[in-house]
Amino acid sequence: MNEILIVAGLGVLTLLAEIFSFKKFIAPIVIAGLLATWVVAALELNGNIYSSLNASVLNMLDFDRYAQSFVLLLTTIALLWVIINYNFFSDESNKADHLSLILFSMVGGFCMVSYTNFVMLFLGIEILSIPMYVLAGSNKRSLRSNEASLKYFLMGSFATGILLFGIALLYGSTGSFYVYDLRVKTTGADFVMTPMFTIGMVMLLSAMAFKSSAAPFHFWAPDVYTGSPSSVTSFMSTFVKTSALAAFMRLFYTALPYVPETFDRIFLILIIGSLFLGNIIAVFQTNAKRLLAYSSISHVGFMLMAIRFFSEPTSVASLFFYMAAYAITTLAAFMVLKIVEENSDGDVSISAFNGLVKRNPLLAGTLTIALLSMAGIPPLSGFFAKFNILYIALNHGYFWLVIVAILASLVGVYYYFKIVIAMFASEPVLTPITLTGKQKILLLLLTLLIVGMGLNSFVFDLIPS
Amino acid sequence: MFPLLLIFLPVLTALFIFVLPAAQSRMIAFAGAILSLLAVLLSFNTLHADATDVALSFSFNWLPSLGSNISFGIDGISMVLLLLTNILLPLIILTTFQRDIIKPKGYFSLMLLMQSALLGVFMATDGLVFYIFWELALIPIYFICLFWGGEGRQRITFKFFIYTLLGSLFMLVALIILFQHTTNHSFAIKDLYAAGASMTFDQQAWVFWFFFLAFAIKMPVFPFHTWQPDTYVNAPTQGTMLLSGIMLKMGTYGLIRWLLPMVPQAVSAYTDLVIILSIISVVYASAIAMAQVNFKRMIAYSSIAHVGLICAGIFSYKAEGIQGALAQMFAHGINVVGLFFICDIIQTNTGTDTMANLGGIRTVNQKFAFWFLITMLGSVALPLTNGFAGEFLLLNGIYQYNAWFAAIGGLTIILGAVYMLRGYQAIMLGETSSITTSFPALKLSETIVFIVIAGIIVISGIYPKIILDISAWDVQLIAH
Repeated sequence: MNEILIVAGLGVLTLLAEIFSFKKFIAPIVIAGLLATWVVAALELNGNIYSSLNASVLNMLDFDRYAQSFVLLLTTIALLWVIINYNFFSDESNKADHLSLILFSMVGGFCMVSYTNFVMLFLGIEILSIPMYVLAGSNKRSLRSNEASLKYFLMGSFATGILLFGIALLYGSTGSFYVYDLRVKTTGADFVMTPMFTIGMVMLLSAMAFKSSAAPFHFWAPDVYTGSPSSVTSFMSTFVKTSALAAFMRLFYTALPYVPETFDRIFLILIIGSLFLGNIIAVFQTNAKRLLAYSSISHVGFMLMAIRFFSEPTSVASLFFYMAAYAITTLAAFMVLKIVEENSDGDVSISAFNGLVKRNPLLAGTLTIALLSMAGIPPLSGFFAKFNILYIALNHGYFWLVIVAILASLVGVYYYFKIVIAMFASEPVLTPITLTGKQKILLLLLTLLIVGMGLNSFVFDLIPS
Repeated sequence: MFPLLLIFLPVLTALFIFVLPAAQSRMIAFAGAILSLLAVLLSFNTLHADATDVALSFSFNWLPSLGSNISFGIDGISMVLLLLTNILLPLIILTTFQRDIIKPKGYFSLMLLMQSALLGVFMATDGLVFYIFWELALIPIYFICLFWGGEGRQRITFKFFIYTLLGSLFMLVALIILFQHTTNHSFAIKDLYAAGASMTFDQQAWVFWFFFLAFAIKMPVFPFHTWQPDTYVNAPTQGTMLLSGIMLKMGTYGLIRWLLPMVPQAVSAYTDLVIILSIISVVYASAIAMAQVNFKRMIAYSSIAHVGLICAGIFSYKAEGIQGALAQMFAHGINVVGLFFICDIIQTNTGTDTMANLGGIRTVNQKFAFWFLITMLGSVALPLTNGFAGEFLLLNGIYQYNAWFAAIGGLTIILGAVYMLRGYQAIMLGETSSITTSFPALKLSETIVFIVIAGIIVISGIYPKIILDISAWDVQLIAH
């Protein structure tokens, strides 16, 4: 709960910066504030500080171990993101607005991972999404950015409507918004699954699938990811995705543990659809940003497997690890992509990466490690992420699904390597890229994290299974 | 501590190459490779002193939540491969001494990283660690082929990568299935053996085919060989040497260590099928090799033929067969590196490796012809060369299993002699052509490589016990 207070306070302070004109210092202040949030989150998780607010806030939020772990992960992502995309704010006239939007969406993310009441789930999603609709369009002069914003907003509000409808139907059939009440009722011996409950559940699942951009609810993602400024895309595919998947998992962690089993078919459609649609359409992309958008859809397929096999003891830890590995890898990939974009007049087609190893070996090296990790090559963290998921799927007896997932990720290797081949085996057309010291350190840090998270299981062990 | 030393020496050398100026990369790489060779000889010495020496194993509690430990162990079977790897590496680096290598830093450090990964594969005694090193070995060679390879490398290296990755992903599934059946949640090879033996036949069959797919693609065995000729021809010479000399042995080593003792029921059920595939491999690849006009491509196909026989010998599951396989793995590694080096010298000096355009090199350069002759005789398994000891034992093992298989597999010796002698004749004998008249004398570094290779061919051919004794004890433990 402390984290929500700090970040919300920072957001208000950032808005004040516009009025009291200390805009120049606002980015360092925000970084310091996020650093403080990170420390608080880490200490709370470690049990060093106890906050009475954490226990249960009016039956609305509960900062249990699950929530604390994800809050720590989300803060890490946001902190790294702000540092990496520092220049997203420095060359903008309304940077304070953008920063505060990011901070408020963080509050939404925190609510989504800690809700104990469906009202808070709904509010969290809205608090997270509305700043995102604005940020998607923050490149005001670009038609694509405007399109992205509008599309995201229209589709997003539609999905939120369905979510609300689903929650209402669940309320109608169980009489409560409170997740632990729901748990008691739905796991009771006398529970009958009424049509109302089923329809409500299907709606809830659809809305959550939409927010996590799982196929067949993914249509907004490629356009929004491509049209938005690269910094915002990177935030969407890391922070927003982590929040959405964590909220999805929490649904079963707290309220509805049997639902993944009973709604097996829906989950399988979502998983197989995401794995195949994401991977196969990505093969045909020539725009690197769009390619990463489709690849992120395919990763959702794996993440949903962790949710589908919720009853396995390590499912929560596996999802957590997958999100962490995926987020760090994506941050690294987008950092390189953005630098390349800036040095090639905004071109992010795969040919813009031609001969990158000769233009700047560090950039090419980092992107290669990131892509290899996404492709699941050991000993990078992406491999262990997939390994954990495949393990729980096999443990659950879904042998064929594992084979399907492996074939799908083999297709994934194909398009990740299109970029690698462009970087290493094509001649550069443009001049070398020089990096600042800060960028070099960040690239090395991200590479180290991608490798290190795999070789050590500290992230995996954060959530006790 | 020897396993750690062996794995980290090349990595350390690669770091040095990275930090120091590019002009010195070659020498540092060579010095590092020699140090690695010394290290493996030291551990070889220990192996003889005491079969259960702690210095030869290493274990570190790594991922407790996954039941995986970083653990390595060296026994006689590993030792043959370790020796092969570390003898070949200095030779492979020596072959670059008369060549200009662009971006030498990357080239040599990737070669050494590959060496490190290969050594890891041959020593791993933990399923997950084995898998990781298995994949790690693929990455450096992929980049060597991609960056330093010839025309059309993007497409060819890509096919190679996807093919091998497909196999290893299935191997990963097999490992997870085995892991699930362990009683104590562990990836240690002994626990996996126990788990494999306790599974039902159907489960064993899945594990068997998944493992076999990975190994068969790596070796390669018919019908999984289509990536191999293009990749060998297209890769830079040293890449080809690494691929054929050492990397191919990952597959055959995997069969001996990870497949045969793992799922006994499935192995005995599918042995016939696998040996038939291997024999098809032998005959089919030999036939294609005979039809080749290009020398490098011919060696590539001959490699498929040789490895087919090795695979059949391993599956005979007789001590002779497995011993022969190990001897032949060692011999083939040495011979094939020699042959590819010969091909490289011819290609550099004449600009072609189409056999019809060559001829008469023997009249211009007799020494080169002599080295070529010895290497070729080793490759066609003439008695008193290293190839003979290996192939004789292999055929012996296969014969004990089924005489017909041995009879057809034995064709490899005849067919091999046909195409190799024809190749020698076309390149070395006859009239000199316009491009071969000015064939230059061998340089010192080239002569050294040939002396070492010819020395090993002759010594281990006359006295094969040197190689056979290393693994004799450990093979007795697993063979029937």
